[in-house]
Amino acid sequence: MSEMRTPVPDAPSLGELLAAGRAVPGHRPWPRAVVDVDDWGLAAECLTQGSVTLLGLWGEAEAVHMALLDEPAAAIGVLSLSCPEGRFPSVGELHAPAIRLERAIQDLFGLEATGLPDARPWLDHGRWGFRRPLGNAERAAGAAPPYPFLPVEGEHLHRIPVGPVHAGIIEPGHFRFTASGETIVRLEQRLGYVHKGIEGLMTGADLARGAELAGRVSGDSAVACALAFARAAEAALQVEAPRRAQWLRALMAELERLANHFGDIGAICNDAAFSLMHAHCGVLREQVLRAADRSFGHRLMRDVVVPGGVAHDLEPQGAAAIAAMIAEARRRFPPLVELYDNTASLQDRTVGTGILRPALARRFGAGGFIGRASGRGFDARRAMGYPPYDELEFLVPGLEAGDVDARVWIRIREVEQSLGLVEQILARLPGGPVREEIATAHAVHEGMALVEGFRGDVLAWLRFDASGRIERCHLRDPSWFQWPLLEAAIEGNIVADFPLCNKSFNCSYSGHDL
Amino acid sequence: MRKLLFEILVKPPLTEDAPAPDEAAVAELARAVDQAARRRLGRSLAIRQVDAGSCNGCELEIHALNNAYYDLERFGIRFVASPRHADVLLVTGPVTKNMREALERTWAATPGPKWVVAAGGCAKDGGCFAGSYAVTGGVAGVLPVDLHIPGCPPRPVEILRGLLALLA
Repeated sequence: MSEMRTPVPDAPSLGELLAAGRAVPGHRPWPRAVVDVDDWGLAAECLTQGSVTLLGLWGEAEAVHMALLDEPAAAIGVLSLSCPEGRFPSVGELHAPAIRLERAIQDLFGLEATGLPDARPWLDHGRWGFRRPLGNAERAAGAAPPYPFLPVEGEHLHRIPVGPVHAGIIEPGHFRFTASGETIVRLEQRLGYVHKGIEGLMTGADLARGAELAGRVSGDSAVACALAFARAAEAALQVEAPRRAQWLRALMAELERLANHFGDIGAICNDAAFSLMHAHCGVLREQVLRAADRSFGHRLMRDVVVPGGVAHDLEPQGAAAIAAMIAEARRRFPPLVELYDNTASLQDRTVGTGILRPALARRFGAGGFIGRASGRGFDARRAMGYPPYDELEFLVPGLEAGDVDARVWIRIREVEQSLGLVEQILARLPGGPVREEIATAHAVHEGMALVEGFRGDVLAWLRFDASGRIERCHLRDPSWFQWPLLEAAIEGNIVADFPLCNKSFNCSYSGHDL
Repeated sequence: MRKLLFEILVKPPLTEDAPAPDEAAVAELARAVDQAARRRLGRSLAIRQVDAGSCNGCELEIHALNNAYYDLERFGIRFVASPRHADVLLVTGPVTKNMREALERTWAATPGPKWVVAAGGCAKDGGCFAGSYAVTGGVAGVLPVDLHIPGCPPRPVEILRGLLALLA
C-alpha cells in the first residue's frame, strides 16, 4: 500500500467541507451536511491527503454518509450524499480504508460505488435468499457463487486456506495465506460469516430493542457498544443521563477494558507457547468478571447501559468487591509484567513481529492499542472528553514500534491507567438517580456518538422517525479499520507467527460482520 | 530351485481364510472392552466448539472454563482442534446463513457417536436475532440438538453443569 500523500496547504478544513453543503437540522452533537457529488469527491481527496480521518461510511436506501474526524481540532462532521440513481462516487478508489465499507454498502443497500477498485461482494455470501436486503430487496435463489480470491503468481508459492471454523475457540472467518516457504507473501481475509443483519433488525425497533441489539454487536465490547448507542440516542433526543449514571458507565467501561486486556495479554503469550502468563492473566480476568457480576448482576455487564442512564445501580457490596479486585490486581500484575519483560524466549517471538507502520495506522485511522502502538495517539475518552473522563486523570500511552511487543506494552500501560481510573471513580462516585426516563419523541431526530471501547473508538449513528422508532442505526466497530491492517502487518512474517499477530490485533468478527 | 520358486509364484497360496468369528465370544469381548474403556476413558469428553454467528460473548465464557477457577480438564473434558477428534460439538450463535454450511460440514466431519450442545439464547431459537434475513434461527433447525444451555451468555458454571450432565 502506498504512503500517505503530502498534504497540500489549501486542502479544505472539515468546517469548510461542511459549510459547502446544506446543513441538516436536528443532527447532534456534531453537524451533518448534505453535499453534492463534487464536494463528496473533495472530501475523498482530503482523506487521501490525511487532513481528515475517516470515522465511518454507511448507507441507507437512497443516501450515503461519511463521518470525518479532524484530529488536531477534535472535531467531527458527517457529509451525506443523496443517490437517487443508486450510485455514488467511490471513496475507496482514492482512500483504501473505505473499500470494505463500500463493498458492504453495495451488498446491503445495492448502491453502487462507482470506481470502487474491488467490487467483489463482502458481507453477502450469496446465502441470504435475498440481494440488497436493506435496499430494494430482491429474491436470489440458487447456489452460493464461488468467491474469487485475489490471484497470486510466482514460483514456489503455496496457499494455505484457514477457516471459517478455526482450531481454537475463536470466531469464524476465512484466511487465505499465500506463502513462499514459511514466509507469508500475502494474507487475504474473507469475513462476513457472522453477519446477523443487526442493522436490518434495528430498523423499526424501539429504543429498548435498539439497546438490546447494540449490546450484542460484539460480546467483548457489550458495554462500549451499548454506551455508544445510548449516547447517540441521548444526543438525538437531547436527554442527558444523570451524573451518577455517567460515572457508573465509565466504571463499567474500565472494568470491560481491564477484563479484555488481562485476557488478551495472557492469550498473546499463550500463542507464543508461554502458557504461564496465560494462566495467571486468566485468573485476573476472572476476578474482574466476578467483581462486575457482584456489582451489576452480569459478568459482561450486558444490558446495564441503556439510553437515559443505567438499568442497574451499583449493588451495595459492589464497590467493596471492585476495590478488593483492584487491590489484588495491583499486587499480582506487576510481577507478571516483569515476567513478560524478562523472558527472552517470549520477547524473541514478540519483538519485531507483525510490524504495523505508523503511516499506515494513521491513514486507516487505526483506533485503540493498535493505533497507539504505531504512533497514532487518538483516544476518544481524551479527544472527545465525554463525561466523566473530562474530570478524571489518566494518560494515553503511545509507542512507535508497531510490533506485537508494542501492542502488548500499550495494553499493559492501559491496564495500569484503568486501575487508576476505577479507583478514582470509586472514590468520587456521585450520588443521585441513575436513570432518566425518555419520552417518545414525535419528530425526526438524529444523533451520533464516539466512545472508546477496549479495542478502539466505537461509532454509533442513528435517526428516529416521527413515530419515535429507529429508522436507521449504524454501529461501526473499530475492527473495520483494523482488520485490513492485519493483512499488511503480517506480510513477510512466518506462518507460525500468524496466531500471535492475530491475537495482538484481536479484531472482532461479530462487531465487523454485524 | 528356480523351478520350485516359480511354482510357488504361480500356485495359489495354501493359507486359508480366517474362520468366521464366534458370535458369542465377540459379544462377550465387546462387553468386556466396553466396560474397560468406560472405566478407563468413560469420563472423558472431547469438545469441538463452533461459533455459528455468536456475538463472541459465549466464546468468552467458554474460554473461561479453562481458567484456574473452573479447570475444565480435571473432569476429563477438553477442547480439541479438529471435529475428527470430537465427541461433542458445542455450538453458539443463531446459526447465520453464512455459517450454516460450515456448521453442517463440521458435524459431518465428527465421528459418531456424537452429541450436539447448543449454548446461549441465540443458539436455542435465534434469540434477539430471530427473524433476521441473515440467520436461520437456532441450532436445532440445522442439527439434532441433544442439550441446550440457556443464558446470554451462560455463565461458565452453567456451561460446566451442562457438560457434566453428558458424562453422568
